[in-house]
Amino acid sequence: MTQLYGYRRENGTVGIRNHVLIIPVDDLSNAACEAVAKQVVGTIAIPHAYGRLQYGEDLELHFRTLIGTGSNPNVAAAIVIGIEENWAKKIADGIAETGKPVAYFGIEGNGDFETVRKASWKAKEFVQAASELVKEPIEMKDLVVSIKCGESDTTSGLASCPTVGVVVDQLVDAGATVLFGETSELTGGEQLIADRMATPELREKFIKTFNDYVSFIESQDANLLGSQPTQGNIAGGLSTIEEKAMGNIEKTGTRPVVGVLKPAEAPDGPGLHFMDTSSAAAECITLMAAAGAVIHFFPTGQGNIVGHPIEPVIKLTANPKTVAGMREHIDLNVSGLLSRELTLASAGEALKDVMVRTVNGRMTAAEALGHREFALTRLYPSA
Amino acid sequence: MHKFLIHRSGDHLGVATQDIREGEAVVGVYMDDDSIVEVVAKGNIPLGHKMAIESLETGAAVIEYGQQVGITKTAIVAGDYVHVHNIKSARW
Repeated sequence: MTQLYGYRRENGTVGIRNHVLIIPVDDLSNAACEAVAKQVVGTIAIPHAYGRLQYGEDLELHFRTLIGTGSNPNVAAAIVIGIEENWAKKIADGIAETGKPVAYFGIEGNGDFETVRKASWKAKEFVQAASELVKEPIEMKDLVVSIKCGESDTTSGLASCPTVGVVVDQLVDAGATVLFGETSELTGGEQLIADRMATPELREKFIKTFNDYVSFIESQDANLLGSQPTQGNIAGGLSTIEEKAMGNIEKTGTRPVVGVLKPAEAPDGPGLHFMDTSSAAAECITLMAAAGAVIHFFPTGQGNIVGHPIEPVIKLTANPKTVAGMREHIDLNVSGLLSRELTLASAGEALKDVMVRTVNGRMTAAEALGHREFALTRLYPSA
Repeated sequence: MHKFLIHRSGDHLGVATQDIREGEAVVGVYMDDDSIVEVVAKGNIPLGHKMAIESLETGAAVIEYGQQVGITKTAIVAGDYVHVHNIKSARW
């Protein structure tokens, strides 16, 4: 296989991109972060809608997601800006544990102008330092890969998800780390995942996690047809959540599941891990990137166009109509699996080839098109 | 040339891999053992949508991927277009 190259970070993790990230603690700090990102070339701001009056587990998830995103090995250095300096410091301190350069700024008492001035000086210093970092040879086992499908249709379960499953098995066998999630979207196939848990303790933890999520959904007493499965799923031929789940599960391959993670929780070792997440694309990928995933496989049917600010998202589809109508978004066409002109093994090889090229620097369609969806998960309303 | 695929032997449904017209006799391939089946479509079935390859009573379990993926809302006969109008989730 072609040699892989990546950035070895201070704490031993391996990244495939070299971003300098400007992180707002809260909605109020988006403007300052975006101003810095506009001023200093090579930085990325990740504006979002939350961070005020959150409390308890919901607040912990907010911190875990922002600290995790800054700690992701695709990030060379980070700047944190918050309306209140103490929470900016809390996030910066969390990121600093990785050993990477990080700075923080509070807006209260300084205003946007002074904050942007100081943060821009620091951002320029970080970008220039990051630009001197050199990629080194890495191995498959160094990669943390996440998987999640979107706007699925029946072609996802027939072809694009099984293609990902083939590569997931190879990655796990090579000692890499793979994350899957989409808790509600296992409904109907949850037993198949439970049966793959490596220990009875993990099995119990998974079943509780699954039941808690689905009980909450059911407690809303809503009709989910059109939401889960989505309108797009139904238009693409999927009729029930169970049918959607079976397609979804195809992409997890066949190996045992060695971890059951909270949202945005980093895995503690290699292998295939389940993370408790929403099935909404941007939310799920945001949580997985916050857990350290550096590259994402995204099978789509009807054509979900999601990307992420720092984690390259590789999109594959087997739907020939999607290939024809949304070509600019698709990194790999596996529609040959439907006509049986392509074998699953060769589709897997083709996906691995795209993975290698993406690791080594080729921009994904989502990166080239500026898709930088960053969507925080909320567990309940603010106080 | 096949026009639909079936995940596993024993499944009740096949998935159209090309648009299928009402009245058309179409060949499907079982993906687990490469065996084939021929069914006459009783409706237009767009690419990605499903056709029954077995007849089912009302309230019967619907099997695809070798697993139950829902229950029938009405009786279904082989060749019928199958979607949200005649099957539903058994879960929500």
